[in-house]
Amino acid sequence: MSSDLSALLYLAASVCFIMALRGLSHPTTSRQGNIFGIVGMVLAIGTTLMAPGVVSFGTILLGLLVGGAIGTVIALRIQMTALPQLVAAFHSLVGLAAVCVALATFYKPEAYGIGRVGDIQISSLVELTIGTAVGAITFTGSVVAFAKLQGLVSGAPLVFKMQHMLNAALGALVVVLIVLLCTTQEPVYLWILIAVTLLLGFLLILPIGGADMPVVVSMLNSYSGWAACGIGFTLQNNLLIITGALVGSSGAILSYIMCKAMNRSFISVILGGFGAVDDDGPAGSSGDDDRMVKSGSGDDAAFLMKNAGSVVIVPGYGMAVAQAQHTLREMVDLLKADGVNVRYAIHPVAGRMPGHMNVLLAEASVPYDEVLEMDEINRDFKSTDVVFVIGANDITNPAAKTDPKSPIYGMPILEVDQAQTVLFVKRGMSAGYAGVQNELFFRDNTMMLFGDAKQMCEKIVKSLEQL
Amino acid sequence: MSSEEFINKATDVANSARALSDEVASLASEASRLAVDTAGQSAGSPFIMGLTVLVLAVFVGYYVVWNVTPALHSPLMAVTNAISSVIIVGALIAAGPADVGFSEIMGFIAIVLAAVNIFGGFIVAQRMLQMFKKKQ
Repeated sequence: MSSDLSALLYLAASVCFIMALRGLSHPTTSRQGNIFGIVGMVLAIGTTLMAPGVVSFGTILLGLLVGGAIGTVIALRIQMTALPQLVAAFHSLVGLAAVCVALATFYKPEAYGIGRVGDIQISSLVELTIGTAVGAITFTGSVVAFAKLQGLVSGAPLVFKMQHMLNAALGALVVVLIVLLCTTQEPVYLWILIAVTLLLGFLLILPIGGADMPVVVSMLNSYSGWAACGIGFTLQNNLLIITGALVGSSGAILSYIMCKAMNRSFISVILGGFGAVDDDGPAGSSGDDDRMVKSGSGDDAAFLMKNAGSVVIVPGYGMAVAQAQHTLREMVDLLKADGVNVRYAIHPVAGRMPGHMNVLLAEASVPYDEVLEMDEINRDFKSTDVVFVIGANDITNPAAKTDPKSPIYGMPILEVDQAQTVLFVKRGMSAGYAGVQNELFFRDNTMMLFGDAKQMCEKIVKSLEQL
Repeated sequence: MSSEEFINKATDVANSARALSDEVASLASEASRLAVDTAGQSAGSPFIMGLTVLVLAVFVGYYVVWNVTPALHSPLMAVTNAISSVIIVGALIAAGPADVGFSEIMGFIAIVLAAVNIFGGFIVAQRMLQMFKKKQ
């Protein structure tokens, strides 16, 4: 196949990938978008298979079958609550694949037409080393993120003295190694570079706490794109550059959205340490608060909601952990049958990755047009009779607006405090993820429903059926 | 000068003439390559071409991704994850040659890793998007 034709087919694949992302602008066009993505990938692989140097089809087919089978089984079996760790694990594979491709290129540059062993064009070598470094950081960083999300290691941030100094020193070492590698072309420097960047990936993500994982997952998403981009420069392949840039900017935008929703700067997330046990204790965070709270039963909640005109459900990750989303939807169905206007309100950081809560609700057959984003619903809370908060806490805390001393001050919240009555489903009085006590619990118009989220929903369903 | 010596001399001369002509030929090809390279300079080096594509693609990505509805941010991550495995293109070229060496093995590993991602990413995205179907 002529190189012009393959370049054109690669271009077509790039357009398919852009269309795949474009389709995600609305649920109705999204499945079509996914098909575009698959077509693009088939085009890309098919075109490469017809390249003159590619002849060992048996080996390639074996690789595709083995990988494809593993991927298919995992994707079909995974629970939607475990989605964040799945995505983190997938990111690590992209990183590792980038490192493998870079090594293959370094030891056989003639296959890619960028020189001979020991005499690789400098520009290609620089791009190759950058691709390797980003790939290696993505790999170990994602492994740590996976372990934290899966609960294999504690989600608490791991901070130690001189951490940032160490990371900075390693970063400088990476630059030195790249220079050495480019001037001497000695393989040993490439191997040291890989070892150092693997270590750096671990060290960068370890200090980041569980609460910041949505940002980390998006950030690693971005890194995996830039790694592909770096390899694309080495191979002088526009498809890789375009796709890498799409993925890279997508991850970066998601990180930005998440940071903004938590009122954190990107830098402070990267530096880590948020959510660490603070000895001083921020204002109002003392666990032994002895103020009175009003607590109620499932029957009380059922009565209140049944007689309300409008109810807004505010779900958080706690709902997903308790697997309460299906029972919750049953409850909502009963309320709707009684003519109550029920909607869901989603904070951008509800769940453990961007859009996670929307997927969990969709899984429980909640229609997507009943699920509203923070900006769409906030002005409606004033005219809402009952807000039902289930498994969420910090994202409703009015201290974020009123108390400049609070660690979450400035974070945009769902303004549930403006509603007539707030029902809080909670296991106990413990503070939220950010370690801050919620002022809302002690208000007169708040009723606490203590118990497991799923069992509480079941109780409410039962009393709704009897009412 | 004996005839044998004469033949030797003549062979030497012929050989050096051939060497010279080879050199001229290689010089000529070098010159033509340089000429092509210089002509190509108007479009910039491969790096500049790549950079052009990169910058434009970042802009496309920026506008397309801001248009993605927040409800579909999780499928977006699954899809971007799948398409970033387009790095499999490099892996296929590495694993392509018939002989088996270090590069081919690295290429094979990269094919397996990328294939897990491609299939896994697209299928999990499809599963999610299926849930966002309008219920009648």
